[in-house]
Amino acid sequence: MSEQRPVLYCRCAFAKVLPEDVKDGVLERLVASNIPFDSVPDLCEMSAKKDPTLKQLAELPNVRIVACYPRAVRWLFDAAGAPLDTNRAEILNMRTDSVENIWSQLTSTCSKSPPEESSNSSTEGESQSAPQQATASQQATASQQATASQPTSGGPTA
Amino acid sequence: MNAKLPQLPRVILYEGKDSQSIPQTLRLELLVKLLDKGFTVSRSTDQGRLENLGHNNVVVLGIFDLPTAQLGEQANNDELQIHDIRDKSAETILDSINASLNKSRVGSPADGQTAPSAEQTAAPKRWKPWFPVIDFDRCTNCMQCLSFCLFDVYGVTKEGKIQVQNQTNCKTDCPACSRVCPEVAILFPKYKAGPINGDEVNTDDVRREAMKVDISALLGGDIYSLLRDRSEKAKSRFSKERDDDRALKERQRCLNKLKSNFDGLEIPTEVLSSLPSMDQIQSKAQQAKQRAQQALADNAANSSANQSAQSPQSPQP
Repeated sequence: MSEQRPVLYCRCAFAKVLPEDVKDGVLERLVASNIPFDSVPDLCEMSAKKDPTLKQLAELPNVRIVACYPRAVRWLFDAAGAPLDTNRAEILNMRTDSVENIWSQLTSTCSKSPPEESSNSSTEGESQSAPQQATASQQATASQQATASQPTSGGPTA
Repeated sequence: MNAKLPQLPRVILYEGKDSQSIPQTLRLELLVKLLDKGFTVSRSTDQGRLENLGHNNVVVLGIFDLPTAQLGEQANNDELQIHDIRDKSAETILDSINASLNKSRVGSPADGQTAPSAEQTAAPKRWKPWFPVIDFDRCTNCMQCLSFCLFDVYGVTKEGKIQVQNQTNCKTDCPACSRVCPEVAILFPKYKAGPINGDEVNTDDVRREAMKVDISALLGGDIYSLLRDRSEKAKSRFSKERDDDRALKERQRCLNKLKSNFDGLEIPTEVLSSLPSMDQIQSKAQQAKQRAQQALADNAANSSANQSAQSPQSPQP
């Protein structure tokens, strides 16, 4: 079984503390890949607003957060009343790491399926046959109400 | 107060079943523009799953094989907006999202939430989120930050724990409270350097901060009086100048000098030059100090009460 870990990318929209080449480089690679991900404009802003989305993000199983210093990210979530499970969440630091490093960490753990299984293995919740695949509307509705499963095949890829 | 604003919808770039791939350049452009406008943006592919993020409104963008009306019927959800972006530019797509959000604003908001205004969706309010974040692994609840801050950024919970309660009161780019924290427990994630930016704290940092314990005492008991005095001198020089340009330059020089004298605290010139009057400073400093002392006294009393409750009762004489 592969393990598809949720990815959260922070754009750090309000300050120039992240190197632009790293911030843009990671996003470009995410966009060019076939990895599903969530992205937010600014985790600091969300923390200050106590945005309820943070709680949902904190509860994503084994979430990988591409943002800044782990200590800062951890306490930003905590300040919003959405503490991260630090044993399960991983934080990648765009302030200090290179695009290559971040990308290798993301791709090394985003899909942990062994090569022989990768062609037809899927994550829990994805293992649906074609007739059971979620449509766009089902996907979006489910994303509002409950966990939304994505189709494993049949949909066009990037 | 907290920066409470209505939550913008979540936008999903959908590339799953019944849809075609969004061209990569458009995908990137859309993502960047939507993020810049304050939207949470998710990309859905055939390789994984998206989770509920709790949004009341979701906008789905995709190049669909079915008419969006049919998809909407399948969804049977008024809070879901589906846009087919086939052959559309990023700007056109953003315009259509804004238009549909404005249209939905006409109805009454669900769950008591305020629907975003056109202004908010088109150009979210740009408050730079600059505020302290407390590392509670390091914080000892000494209340020095509460005592130091003149702008009521800090407060105390019912349980007597320090907290950041008025983030928007914080002065942008001013990390001074983190400089007076003896435990290096205050972060400003957007600060330029460690450990204030969240970088790991090393032993040198701790040693350096320990030397600054009770910085107000080190500076003669009233750091704000000192700051104010220096600022007044700078203003006085300014008032004696007749050449406005020269005066402005002089004032800037004085403020820079004043600022350099307090480099340890890194209080921005804007904050120094906007300090309130001496009376106001003294009053606020006194109030902050009283709040801190009260919080510490309450905590001490609670601690004693808990210890008494836990210890065995003394035998009766």
